[in-house]
Amino acid sequence: MLEREFHRINAVVSRDLSGYPNLHRQLNEQIVKIDEDYQQSTEVPPEAPGWAKAVDTVAKLRNDDSGMVGKILVDIHSTIKKSQQTALDDYRKSSSKRHQLLKNMMPYWRKLSLTLSDVDKSIKNLEDRSKAIDQQMENYEKIRRLSPQAERTLSSSSLTQFFISGMILTIATIGGIVNFYLIALPMSEMVGANSMLGPFKASNVAAMVIITLEIAMGIFLMESLRITRMFPVIGMMDDRMRKRMLWATFTLLLILASVESSLAFMRDLLAADREALRQTLSGIQATNPEFRWIPSVGQMVMGLVLPFALTFVAIPLESFIHASRTVIGVGSVGALRLTQVFLRTLGNVFYHTGNMLVSFYDLLIFIPLRFEDLIAFYGKKDKHENPTSHQVNENSVERGHGI
Amino acid sequence: MKDNIITRFSIWTVLAFCLLSVNGCGEPVAQGRAVYMLMDTSGTYTNQIQKAEMIINYLLGTLDSGDSLAVARIDSGSFSEKDIIAKVTFDSRPSVATSQKRAFRNQIDTFVRNVKSSPYTDISGGMLQAAEYLDETGAGERHILIFSDMKEEIKKGHKRDFELPMDGIKVIALNVTKLSSDNIDPRQYLGRLDEWNKRVVSGGGSWRVINDLDHVETILAGVSG
Repeated sequence: MLEREFHRINAVVSRDLSGYPNLHRQLNEQIVKIDEDYQQSTEVPPEAPGWAKAVDTVAKLRNDDSGMVGKILVDIHSTIKKSQQTALDDYRKSSSKRHQLLKNMMPYWRKLSLTLSDVDKSIKNLEDRSKAIDQQMENYEKIRRLSPQAERTLSSSSLTQFFISGMILTIATIGGIVNFYLIALPMSEMVGANSMLGPFKASNVAAMVIITLEIAMGIFLMESLRITRMFPVIGMMDDRMRKRMLWATFTLLLILASVESSLAFMRDLLAADREALRQTLSGIQATNPEFRWIPSVGQMVMGLVLPFALTFVAIPLESFIHASRTVIGVGSVGALRLTQVFLRTLGNVFYHTGNMLVSFYDLLIFIPLRFEDLIAFYGKKDKHENPTSHQVNENSVERGHGI
Repeated sequence: MKDNIITRFSIWTVLAFCLLSVNGCGEPVAQGRAVYMLMDTSGTYTNQIQKAEMIINYLLGTLDSGDSLAVARIDSGSFSEKDIIAKVTFDSRPSVATSQKRAFRNQIDTFVRNVKSSPYTDISGGMLQAAEYLDETGAGERHILIFSDMKEEIKKGHKRDFELPMDGIKVIALNVTKLSSDNIDPRQYLGRLDEWNKRVVSGGGSWRVINDLDHVETILAGVSG
């Protein structure tokens, strides 16, 4: 899981951040361009109208219709008016130009905004992945610390994976058996029906070889696509080599699928021929059913599709192998615990049976011992009365004391 | 260094495996079956030949690639290759085997249409011929099916009082019909069968009589199995 996250991060960094220098250059160019445009678009303040006072003064002069002065003043007035009009036009033009420049800046702003949004997205993605890695690292630390919770989570997750992948593998095995029966009969046409490889028919072995080769190619295909990671050698290949391997395995798989499809068609022909013979032998007129082509086409399609379907076996197989380590461990622990319980129970049974037998023995033996004691007692009494009998009863007395 | 050795080992293993796969993976072994069927064509028994044809059809449907089948008639002097009507060892390719079965059936059809009754019944000669053929096939399971009333009538001068070499051969007498004389004295029928039983067993074979031909598949279960 952690490894996968690291690979995803790597992919994100390679895909998005590898273009970062280029992005940076683009951003700089955009900013310079915008800056230049902005500089050009700044409003130049119109020159201070120094002549305005003069106009004002001229306008206040008394026009006494003296002719000459009045005419001059009128001329000055009209000239000033014209100049004002020209200045106004120039100002409008320059304003319009600045607005145009500002308008031209719009796409650059938008582009800049989009680029920044992309960068933001990449960083966000990176951040999410980092959070996922943090989470996984935390889990990993828990596992390293052998915390019971982590152990339980790990084993339960592995058990789930084990059963799910086991179920898918069972389905795939059934598919493989169907595939086998599809090509076993026509294989006998190629390698002979009565050739044997040990106790197995060579045609069956050949059919099995084709199916196993298809599965192997499927596994390599999945490895080349980096969907599964069972072979580190393939996973560590550089992209060029990996793509070559991908195409090679795909081509081989396609060839095998085509072979299988043609074998499936051949099987149909052989089966039809055999059925016609059977009908003839049993005295029935051999007939050609109307929709005979449907199963033929169906078998051909199955022959072509099944090898590709079996390709996906690699995914549950990987999970199954990974999970089986934990499951075998859990199973072994369970088996050992059961053995422990069994042995302990057995030990207790023997221990208590022994005690019981000792008690039972005591129950039986106390009567003869009692008699022995009595005999010893009376023997001792006799010894005092008759000293010659001392030697005879000595042993029994000692035994009586011992008990 | 270690990787190199593993790589070489893997390459050689794969090559060996491919060669085995391509070359048909070995020679055929003596595990097939061989069946020799004797058909009585003497006297009125010729009328029963349609039943014999039914059994041959069943055998053709049951026997497979690598198995051998021969059908011969029992006539006045049966110890001869000329009495073999048709014989075949089915090809290892199923398609060719099917064609062989068709050709075999045609041969039997032709014989049944043109069969002529013979005056004598040389069963011993036919069995000797059958044993010889079965030995030559080298099959793992060997069977002789005798479609006859088992009443032997030898031509004058022919010697047939020898032990039959039936080592490892399963002999099955089919449709052993009762003659009119058997009806008068059934001990003749029983004695006849007992005599054949002794001859076959003393020759190293096994003996079985099957008269119910209604269920061919159960009758020949021992052969086809």
